[in-house]
This record gives sequence, structure tokens and C-alpha cells, in this order.
Amino acid sequence: MDTYALLLAATLNAGTVLAIAGLGLLINERAGIVNLGAEGMMLVAAIAGFATAVNTGSDWLAFGAGALAGAIMAAAFGVLVIWLNTNQYASGLALSLFGSGFSAFVGIHYTQERLGARPHFALPWLGDLPFVGPALFRQHPMVYLAILLTAALAWFLYRSRAGLVLRAVGESPESAHALGYPVRRIRLLAVVCGGALCGVAGACISVVYTPLWVEGMVAGKGWIALALTTFASWRPARVLLGAYLFGGVTMLQFHLQGEGVAIPSQLLTMLPYLATIVVLVLISRNPGWIRANMPASLGKPFFPGS
Amino acid sequence: MTTSTRRAVLRTTAWSGLAVAAALAGCTKKDESAPAAASAPASASTAAAPASSASAPLKIAFAYVGPVGDGGWSFAHDNGRKALEKELGAQVQTSFVESVPESADAERVFRDMAAQGNTLIFGTSFGYMEPMLKVAADNKGVRFEHATGYKTSDNLRTYDGRTYEGAYMAGVLAGGMTKTNTIGVVGSIPIPEVIRNIDSYTLGAQSVNPKVKVKVVWVNEWFNPPKETEGAQSLIDGGADVLLQNTDSSAVLQTAEKNGKYAFGWDSDMTHYGPKAHLASAVINWGPYYIKAAKDAINGTWTTGKSWWGVKEGTIDLVSISDKVPADLKAKVDKVKAGLKDGSFAIWKGPISDNAGKEVLKAGATADDAFLGGIKFFVKGVEGQVPGAK
Repeated sequence: MDTYALLLAATLNAGTVLAIAGLGLLINERAGIVNLGAEGMMLVAAIAGFATAVNTGSDWLAFGAGALAGAIMAAAFGVLVIWLNTNQYASGLALSLFGSGFSAFVGIHYTQERLGARPHFALPWLGDLPFVGPALFRQHPMVYLAILLTAALAWFLYRSRAGLVLRAVGESPESAHALGYPVRRIRLLAVVCGGALCGVAGACISVVYTPLWVEGMVAGKGWIALALTTFASWRPARVLLGAYLFGGVTMLQFHLQGEGVAIPSQLLTMLPYLATIVVLVLISRNPGWIRANMPASLGKPFFPGS
Repeated sequence: MTTSTRRAVLRTTAWSGLAVAAALAGCTKKDESAPAAASAPASASTAAAPASSASAPLKIAFAYVGPVGDGGWSFAHDNGRKALEKELGAQVQTSFVESVPESADAERVFRDMAAQGNTLIFGTSFGYMEPMLKVAADNKGVRFEHATGYKTSDNLRTYDGRTYEGAYMAGVLAGGMTKTNTIGVVGSIPIPEVIRNIDSYTLGAQSVNPKVKVKVVWVNEWFNPPKETEGAQSLIDGGADVLLQNTDSSAVLQTAEKNGKYAFGWDSDMTHYGPKAHLASAVINWGPYYIKAAKDAINGTWTTGKSWWGVKEGTIDLVSISDKVPADLKAKVDKVKAGLKDGSFAIWKGPISDNAGKEVLKAGATADDAFLGGIKFFVKGVEGQVPGAK
């Protein structure tokens, strides 16, 4: 019983980083911009966050620094793809490569550093409940913030006017432009917000999840977050569920290995990606589904006045 | 519209070109800076003693599988490289390339190293075996040294550290320190070297605590800190309270620190990554071997073969044992170390049976290197099966 509580707790923990980054990328993609630079942004944010945590001792300042680092990189990417109309995929890849090299370069002196004692969190009363206490209520605050963020983003996209405008920009920038909305500025704002969230996720990795800095430490989580947005067919709640599913599969395969169950761990590891491909195939089979789910102008450049 | 599309295509091409250029620059920048740094002391000493070092220095190159800053495996190799430079000074000129993937890229890196005039080349990961064999066959004048491999040729020899000796000594501490009688290992890739370490860790633990059980998880990578963390967390959740890792970062130790459990440093001294959790570090000191290999090459006595150095040769050690370890347990480790040093103690001595109950080593028999090199089973006490085993 207790083992399952801990497995659940570890799943929420593993899913949180993916959820925050995935939600950030979702904002990007809802505005019609694909940013393949997630991995690079997260790496730069991870070293920025780690360095801040080492020097100030504050985790919250570290998240702020991570968000800022992610936002700055995203802003550079945004200017390139929105105003200079460079190819989004190539620019995103370049951002990823740049980020991994740059973070390794600035982080050279931080590989030997370590953070102070990591705080333990537990909600009063709820944390003491049997089973649900250790499973749900002894988590880092970021776990709960990710859930709040999902709800807030869902409200924003589907219930607020600004969210409607954002979606309009992603569906049909020409129409939004014709209605007088500043498409490029809205897209840039979405890209910067997305970058900031990826940054928070990156800082979470180096400060909370694996409290250390080594180059390349994000180790593919940025790419998983990108797959996640597609898997979730660009819906916030599905991103959160997908993140827990992806995180849960990882933890489950370790759990089964520890118990000595003879299922090849590689099989379980590849399941989330297989599921992503299945979702893509399902969506693509039906034109109606594509229209209902995928932002119509995703990845396409927008030229006002052409 | 057409002009802008064409412009977009042009821009795309330009940016992908830039991206590729950036990637290439990322690959080469480090191996260029290293020889530059290395040549500075070399030129200084030629000025001081022109006659003796008139012959050109031996050019030596190292390929590392991870970043030098991993604090573990590659870090230990680079410390060995530095020890070599310190010992032989102007006689050698070393350089290194880090984060060389175990793929077709490795072959390109080794070809580059040979083309740059290096005549002694070290490849420090198991996965470089086939690429090194290929490149060695095409560069007969260059001597190749492959760490942890088992294939040799005229100009390719192998070297390794008996890491299982360190794992055994760590196991002694783990068996004595565990309160749950469950200890864990985060494994990288299920090759004989790693399985042998897990088994030796288990044998060490059982030598002081016959009740101990060992749980194993595989991350299937040498270096992936988040995954190593997840694996360590799942072991702790499953009741393990002393962890060992056969991966390349300090993530497992830090996870133990966060959870108030014990763990070890691996390959390099990792004390400062988790001062409370750290029981000891099983380290590899590659310096003595690198110095010997370079001297062989300089003196013209280099021949192919296989070296497997351990505690005896000063390559393997268990260092920085924590104050939390009681004196009598520490004494047991010291006894093992002394026995390994003078050859009076053998870790792999029968009777030993695998975890299916089959006897693999008869009572009184001592395993030879051929036996040790082919271990593909878990010993009694390890839970689960070796992945891929029948």
C-alpha cells in the first residue's frame, strides 16, 4: 500500500516538470509558433536557476531567474521567426543547439557546486492522512502550482477574450490582422510567456528535481514536452494528464524493475512516444479532427499585408 | 507572395546552415583549446632544456564519453590525463574530445585524432570498441588503447580497472550500514562489467550481513541525471536505504541525501555532493596506467595486450570513508583492501551460486579473469533477472 502511495507521489513529481514546460509550449503553439528550442531554453534556465540558488540560497529567486532566462531566449527566437520570418523549425533547432552549448559554457564552474539542505514540504493535516497524505500532500509547491496553472490556462484560452484573440491568431492570423489585432506582437508575447514557463521547468530540474548542475542534464525532457503538446492535442488539461502519464510510465518501469518483474524496461520507456504517434495518426485521419484540434496556422510564417 | 516565399526558403537554408555550423563549432572548440593549453608548459620547458627534449613530444589524444564536468567517469579519466602530463611534462602533448557519442560519430573522432598526428589514442568507453578496431586497422602507425573492451589487434590493446573491487568494499559498508536489509543499485547498461559490479557489491554486503537483499534498476544510459534520480527514488520508495550507482553522475548520491539515506561516490570522490549521505567513494585512479602506457610508447616497448589493474596496482581504491561508519566495519574494509593488495584475498571465491540457485563457482575455486569477464548472471541475493537473459 505504502509503496503505491510513494509511486503515485513520484509520478506527480516526475510529471510536474513536463507539465510546466508542456503548458508553455502549448501557449506558443496556440499562437501558431512551434518552438523546437525547448531543450535549449530549459538547459539555459537550469544553469541560471542553479547559479541563482547557489548564490542567493533562494529557490523562488531561482525559478524567477529560470523564467527570465527562458523568456530572453524565447524573445530572441520570437524576433527571428516573427519579424524576420526565418523558418521556425530550423531556428528552434538552432536555439536548442545554442542552448546546450551555451549552458555548458557558462556552467563550467558550477559542476562542483551543491545546494544546501533541500526543504521538505507537507500540507498541514492533509499530509498526515494515511495513503493520500504521502501520495498527494507532501509535494513541492511547484506540483500544486502546475495544477493551478493548468486550470488558469484553460480558463484563459476558452473563457477569456484575450484567450480567444490568442487562438484566433493561431488559427487564422490573416483574419486576426484584418480585425486590427497586432498579430506579431501577440505572437511574440505568447512565445515569451512560453519561454518563461519552459524556463521555470528547467530551473525546477536543477533546483528541485535533480539538485545539481551538469551539462546536458535536462536529458531530453524538452523534447518529451514537445511531444506532449501533440499528444494532448493542444488542450491544457490533457497536457497535465499526459505529463502524469509520461512521468508515471517512467516511474512505473523503475518500480517494476526494482520489484524484479521481467518486463523489458525499454518497452515501457517507448510507450509514451508510441502513444504520441497513435494520437497524431488519429487526428490526421479526420479533417474535422485536425480542424478541431491543431492550430491551423501552426508553424506557418505570417506576412501582414501580403 | 512568390518573392517572399523564395526569401523564406533562402532564410531557411541560411539558418539551417548556421545551425549546422554552430553544432560543428560546438564539437571542435574544446579539443582545440586543450592542446593549446597543453602546449604552453611544453614550450616553456623546451626553452629551459633545449638539448634533452629536442625530439618532438609524443602526441596523445583522449576520447571521453561524457563531459569532463560529469564529476564521475570522464572526470576520473581526465584526472588521469592531467597526472600523465604532470609526470612526463614536455615529453608528451595531450588533447581530449569530450561527449563523444558511442555511434558512427566516434569513428570520425578517432580518424580525426589519427589525422592530427596523435600516435597514442585512448578511447574511454566500451561502445568505442568497433569504431576503434576499424580505425586502428587503417592507421597501423598509431597505437590505440581501449578502456573496458575485450577485442584487441596488433595496434589496439585494452585496459580496465577492477571496479568490482571498489564495489565489493562499498558492499561491505552497505551491508553493515543498512537498517532495512535492503540495498539498491542504479545500473547503467547490463554488460558484464556492470553486472559484475552489482554482484560484487552484493557479495561484499553478504560478507557482513547474510540477510541483505539487493534491488536493481537499469536506466539504460551512462549519463542521464534526471533518470538516475528517478531510478534512485524508486529504489528508496521500495525500501532500499543504501544505494550504489554504476552511472556517471552524482545524481543518485544527491537523491539519497534528499531522502536521508546513504549512498556512495563512484569513479571519482563525490563527498561534497552529499556530505550526509556519502559513506565512501569507490574511485578509479587512471594516472598510473596512463603514465605506463605513454612510457611504453616513448621507449618503444609498446605491445598489444590486455591490462586489468586493481587495488594492487593503485588503480582502484575506496576513499573518504564517512565518520558515520563504525570503527569495526571500517576495519573490515581495511582488511579486504590489504588482502587485495597482497593477493591473499579473492572476492570471487566459491561456493557462489546465481540467484536461480545454480552453483556457478565450486567451493574452494577462485574465478579467473576469463570467468570474471563473462559474468552475465546475478548472484544469490540480487532480486530480478539480468535484462535480456533467458
